[in-house]
Amino acid sequence: MTSWSEPRAAAVARTASAPVDVEFRGVTKRFGAVVAVDDISFEIPRGSFHSFLGPSGCGKTTSLRLIAGFEQPDAGEVAIGGRSMVGVPAYRRPVNMVFQHYALFPHMNVADNVGYGLRQARPKLDRAEIDRRVAETLDLVRLPKMGARRIWELSGGQQQRVALARALVNRPTVLLLDEPLAALDRKLRRDMQIELQNLQRDVGITFILVTHDQEEALSMSDTIAIMRDGKIVQFGTPQLLYDAPANRYVADFVGESNFLTGNVTATHANGASIALSHGPVLKARWSAAGDHLSAGEECVIAVRPEVIGLWPIGQAPADLDVRRQGQVRNRIYLGDHTEFSLQVPELGELMVRLPKSDPLAMSLQPGDVAEIGWRADQALALRAT
Amino acid sequence: MSAGADAIAAPATAQRKQSGRLLTALLLAPSALWFFVLLILPLAVVLIYSVGVRAPAGGYQAAFTFDNYLNLPARWTAFKNTLTLAPLGTLICLLAGYPLAYFLAVKSSARWRVLLLILVIVPFWTSFLIRTYAWIFILGGRGIPALLDSIGIPDVRLINTPFAVMCGIVYAYLPLMVFPIYVSLEKLDKRLLEASEDLGAGPFATFRQITLPLSAPGIITGCMLVFILLMGEYLIPQMLGGGKVFFIGNALVDLFLQSLNWPYGSAVAMALVAIMLVTVSLYLRATAATGGRRDASLI
Repeated sequence: MTSWSEPRAAAVARTASAPVDVEFRGVTKRFGAVVAVDDISFEIPRGSFHSFLGPSGCGKTTSLRLIAGFEQPDAGEVAIGGRSMVGVPAYRRPVNMVFQHYALFPHMNVADNVGYGLRQARPKLDRAEIDRRVAETLDLVRLPKMGARRIWELSGGQQQRVALARALVNRPTVLLLDEPLAALDRKLRRDMQIELQNLQRDVGITFILVTHDQEEALSMSDTIAIMRDGKIVQFGTPQLLYDAPANRYVADFVGESNFLTGNVTATHANGASIALSHGPVLKARWSAAGDHLSAGEECVIAVRPEVIGLWPIGQAPADLDVRRQGQVRNRIYLGDHTEFSLQVPELGELMVRLPKSDPLAMSLQPGDVAEIGWRADQALALRAT
Repeated sequence: MSAGADAIAAPATAQRKQSGRLLTALLLAPSALWFFVLLILPLAVVLIYSVGVRAPAGGYQAAFTFDNYLNLPARWTAFKNTLTLAPLGTLICLLAGYPLAYFLAVKSSARWRVLLLILVIVPFWTSFLIRTYAWIFILGGRGIPALLDSIGIPDVRLINTPFAVMCGIVYAYLPLMVFPIYVSLEKLDKRLLEASEDLGAGPFATFRQITLPLSAPGIITGCMLVFILLMGEYLIPQMLGGGKVFFIGNALVDLFLQSLNWPYGSAVAMALVAIMLVTVSLYLRATAATGGRRDASLI
């Protein structure tokens, strides 16, 4: 499989200075009165694994279809591999797509499905060359010797691999994946996530994934664009999105958080004091990628469940900025960690995640009262919308 | 099911199987009787007649001779007309019907689709006879020929020509071609077309490699419906062909009702049946070849 190895160098050299494979410049797409994609611009570097993440109707699938060429932008420009795609139909673009329900051709067997893209090539490729590349690609997706099978004889996971092979066989500049794992069961999905990542590293092609599953996006991507109402809310690495969400929407979509709403009363060097609606004033720091709000503005404090600590009454460390007593409402055992929800006066219901190693993880039961708290530098002050 | 489980379940299963068979027989009995009385029996009668001779006063007289069959070439014109105009009519229906079905199933918006489908059916709401009379007026002396004459093209004769018969045939049979093709195109997954385009196939290549093969079951069904019915056509050649363009159906009417030569008519009818059998067996072979596709399109 030497032919796959040239782009591999690009994958290894995946850095900020890598050439751009897909670029949106002020792209807008309307369907009637609905603005599906609203003036978005971004760059996806060559050889990276990028995800569009958001709820249904946020514009992520439209963005993908704009790259594929199934839709033309009403304004702005899409460029692939440095070339403008204005007026270039889907069948002349150097991208291939794995469709949500695979869209395999039912009247062809596995090999004919995979070889379809190669048979469209002009000048024509000779039969032996097509056969060789089909076999090579089936090996790549770990379906060797399955070429003669009919599509309906395959399991869901196998159909998924055929769809992948069919899209990869043309060696596109960019591979588009439209919720490719949505139809698979949980276990198979995990396996395929790992396999997709490995495959992407092996072939070195830019992968662009559309998903509403934040776990899927976090686990596979180099970069993620979080979308809402046709706009990109935040664009960054999974770690950036998790540690430094731009606002409440991102913090809510990526991972889990406790949210406490209030208004900024005073700003400090790296954070703010926020008066919650129920009275108490708490401190929190600004998110590295978020706006610095000014006094009077609406604000939410986001606290991840794993940064909150629980201690027996009177045993909480002295350096906590927030310190309360709370009563355990629910306890959910999840193997390597345990989740508690506690009713805390003035703060409401808070979710806490204790690792297995925490002495309280096993002993604390619903109805028990424990001390709960966190440090101000572990809580983020975010714009509320 | 394993052998052991089979043995344990045997008595109950056997009983269920027996009552199931009884039910099957009961449900099939009416249609079996129907087919026997109205299809097999008359066909047997026609077969027996076809080896008989014409009674002196007309009708049938028992005999055993193949003379009627040896005489078939005398009706060669009817066979020739039927065997050329029926396939040609089927082909024209296909060429005219496929684009229409494609437009209805793929291009028209959901809002208009129902209305357009109704428009295809509307002609069926009036009598076939009346609609064919309408064609006599359109093609007759005061119809299109008069119109052509007024713009300086005189002496065009349309009625009582093969062209007139073909007009009537295409008009009458087009919906039978459109509907099966419409159904197979309508259930065609449009994402397959996008997938094809995505893989580098232009619109025409996509049509040839995806749309056409996946609508083959509809094409075959439509062609067979039109062709089989056309082979037995009587009314359209009678009215629009004016006795000049006649089909086997017209020859049969002539033999049975005018010449009262039932045995010879029966031989002609049996020849028609034989041609049909050949066609149907070809049809079955063609559908067997696309059978896999049909299963697959359920995915």
